[in-house]
Amino acid sequence: MRAEKSTMSKIVRLKKGFDINLAGKAEKTLDKLDRTETFAIIPSNYPGLQRPKPSIEEGDTVKAGSELFFDKKNAHIRTTSPVSGEVVEIKRGDKRKLEYIKILADKEIQFKSFKENSVSDITNLDQEDIKKQLIESGLWVNLIQRPFGIIANPEDQPKAIFISGFDTHPLAADIGFTLKGQEKYFQAGISVLNKFASGTAHLGLSADSEVPSVFSQIKDIQVTKFSGPHPAGNVGVQIHHLDPINKGDVVWTIRPIAVVWIGRFFLEGKVDLRQTIALAGSEVKNPRYFETIAGASVKNFLEGNLENEHVRIISGNPLTGQRIDQDGYLGYYDNLISVLPEGDNYKFFLTEGWFSPQINRLSASRALLLFSFLNGKKKEYKLDTNMNGEERAFVQTGVFEKVVPMDLLPVYLLKAIMAEDYDEMEALGIYEVIEEDLALCEFVDVSKMDVQQIVRDGINLMLEA
Amino acid sequence: MKFLRDIFDKVKPNFEKGGKYEKLYYPFEAFETLMFTPKTTAPQKGAHIRDAVDLKRLMMTVIVALIPCLIFGIWNTGHQHFIAIGEEADFMTKFLFGSKYVLPIVVVSYASGLGVEFIFAIFRKHPVNEGFLVTGMLIPLIMPATIPLWQVAVATIFSVVMVKEVFGGTGMNILNPALTARAFLYFAYPSQISGDVWTVLGDKAQTVEGYSGATALSIAYESGTGENTSNLIQAYSSFWQPDMFSIKSMFIGTIPGSIGETSTLMVLIGAVILLATGVGSWRIMLSMVLGVAAMAIGLNIIGANEYMNLPFYYHFVIGGLAFAIVFMATDPVSAAQTFAGKWIYGFLAGVLTVIIRVLNPAYPEGVMLAILLMNVFAPLIDFYVVDANKKRRLKRATV
Repeated sequence: MRAEKSTMSKIVRLKKGFDINLAGKAEKTLDKLDRTETFAIIPSNYPGLQRPKPSIEEGDTVKAGSELFFDKKNAHIRTTSPVSGEVVEIKRGDKRKLEYIKILADKEIQFKSFKENSVSDITNLDQEDIKKQLIESGLWVNLIQRPFGIIANPEDQPKAIFISGFDTHPLAADIGFTLKGQEKYFQAGISVLNKFASGTAHLGLSADSEVPSVFSQIKDIQVTKFSGPHPAGNVGVQIHHLDPINKGDVVWTIRPIAVVWIGRFFLEGKVDLRQTIALAGSEVKNPRYFETIAGASVKNFLEGNLENEHVRIISGNPLTGQRIDQDGYLGYYDNLISVLPEGDNYKFFLTEGWFSPQINRLSASRALLLFSFLNGKKKEYKLDTNMNGEERAFVQTGVFEKVVPMDLLPVYLLKAIMAEDYDEMEALGIYEVIEEDLALCEFVDVSKMDVQQIVRDGINLMLEA
Repeated sequence: MKFLRDIFDKVKPNFEKGGKYEKLYYPFEAFETLMFTPKTTAPQKGAHIRDAVDLKRLMMTVIVALIPCLIFGIWNTGHQHFIAIGEEADFMTKFLFGSKYVLPIVVVSYASGLGVEFIFAIFRKHPVNEGFLVTGMLIPLIMPATIPLWQVAVATIFSVVMVKEVFGGTGMNILNPALTARAFLYFAYPSQISGDVWTVLGDKAQTVEGYSGATALSIAYESGTGENTSNLIQAYSSFWQPDMFSIKSMFIGTIPGSIGETSTLMVLIGAVILLATGVGSWRIMLSMVLGVAAMAIGLNIIGANEYMNLPFYYHFVIGGLAFAIVFMATDPVSAAQTFAGKWIYGFLAGVLTVIIRVLNPAYPEGVMLAILLMNVFAPLIDFYVVDANKKRRLKRATV
């Protein structure tokens, strides 16, 4: 394992892509709510999970770190409770499919205790021991493998581990801000992860802004800076430019906050999923940051904070997130609640629709009477959820290519998926992308196809094959 | 517009599943979406916000880019008529005269093409695509004003059915439908489309003495390659109307030809619109211009006959080349789809155009066949570009 100081020399400049500058970005102030009283763990959040089976029953009391369910098909996928309290509901849907486990949290969180380590202990831990502890603590689920973007398999030896230290999605939470003061844990987390990376651990940072304090003293990791528009912050794009995935390769990715959780777990011996999240979007009164815990009910954040009621609540960002109800829950992998105006209204073609001049509705195109390109980069847009058109046959070419900063041909890949042609999918780069990497294609698409769903279908085909 | 919306809302249930006119859902949808962008919102997961662009706006951009050509073509139809009969007339007179001949062609093209589109939409249960809005305008612009209306209808129906629907509808066609309509007439009814006189003479009009309705391309064929060859530029200047084929007139477009293609100037305005909006591919336009220039200059060097000696820039102002470069070659569906492929496709289309024009002048306008031929080759070009991408990926793995 390399242990030199990180080198800041390498900068990757990306030209392709498109920034979506939305109104209602979170202001950098941290708010603390009285604890949200209910938390939920939602199996469908976990990519690659197949057959979740609860390990507890309704009425059981759990501690933060107690196991909630495991996957009968994949023994390494176990989730643990983010808080202590009482299991108040185990909700099942069709065919007894587990939908969520709801926990009523205690006022003061009780942690299940695991083994504590000093910084030097960590360097002496062996890989098997770390695997065991991560699986047991439920933190393993934070390791996402590429290809396919599913929870990593502990049997694999990844050729590298990648972490993106910045997020270029619209309304994205500022990672430097959300990780403020977590240097110690982040560094400890890196030391743990370095036990896996048979190659290198990589951290991608933005070349267009200052290095956040949490990363400024970081060591034992290869730092690369990326400049350019979204999706420069996507870990998939960074992998493509540093150490692309070929057939048979496995790379692991992990979000920065999960590195902190892992560091905290090894240093303090507890599963402490506290994190800072952003509440943002044009329909939020005071978009700002909150300290909370994974799986929190969003109800308390939204109450009194919405401009109006006709909105869409999204766990995650507006390009890739999951729509949730106003009394829904923050997804396990999300650090952002976005609130957008719902766009379920007809638009007359001359006044608002397809033949109207538009300067306030963003477009990557300059087609007739679309003037948003004149606004410059500073302009913030208030966009609703309307599709702005009907689904149509695929006609326009050369559009997707402009927003994907990778050497692959998105249209041909998507067509291979739709044709269910496995060899073509493989040859055209299915191993290198997950939904978020082609999310901009879905945004710019003139034919209004659900590109991300197509990508997921392709990945599922590859997984089944 | 609430009252209009109310009307749609009121009748809509009749067209939906279980309604009285369930079968007519897609034609209804076509009209409804023409008036109102639907209230459909983004799905539960994925991109919750979408670009303001849609296919209708994209197509409308092309149609707007065609309007200068259409208006000029209408005027020029009248202009050529009055030159032929040797009368003076003012702008409006010429314009109205032209409208009388051109507008029916436009109407017939749209009516027959959209008719087919609607029938297929009903029977194959798919939405009516906006693509024909552009095709329906392109077809009249590449027809001579003298074309019989029934031929316009037959050609349009042929091309929509045989070129588009048979291959699976919009987005699936291999050939450019508008060019196919013209090629169909060219081979099926050559007397009208390759006839010598494209100028509307009107009923009993007497032409002035010495009148010839020859087009710039037919002069190039006859004087440039035949037995009585003469310097082409001299041939142009010794035309019965001496100024008719000056380079300036040919650039402005006051010459006989198909309705919308004579004016290189109007085509350039259209090109500016397509390029500024990013709707037309600059790669194809530029590479095709380069292809024409390269081949024409190459022939200049050989210089075996007068046509070969024609300065390369003449090619852009005679015949329908400029129009075809901007509006036909750039059709995103039938052109090459990869960036590298577009360069190759455009360049070869330009080279072929000059080859057909100069070396095989039995087909005076080479660009129609050149683009159709390149349409057929476009998937092959893309195949190799895509293959190169795959190979790069494979190579990376073994290094």
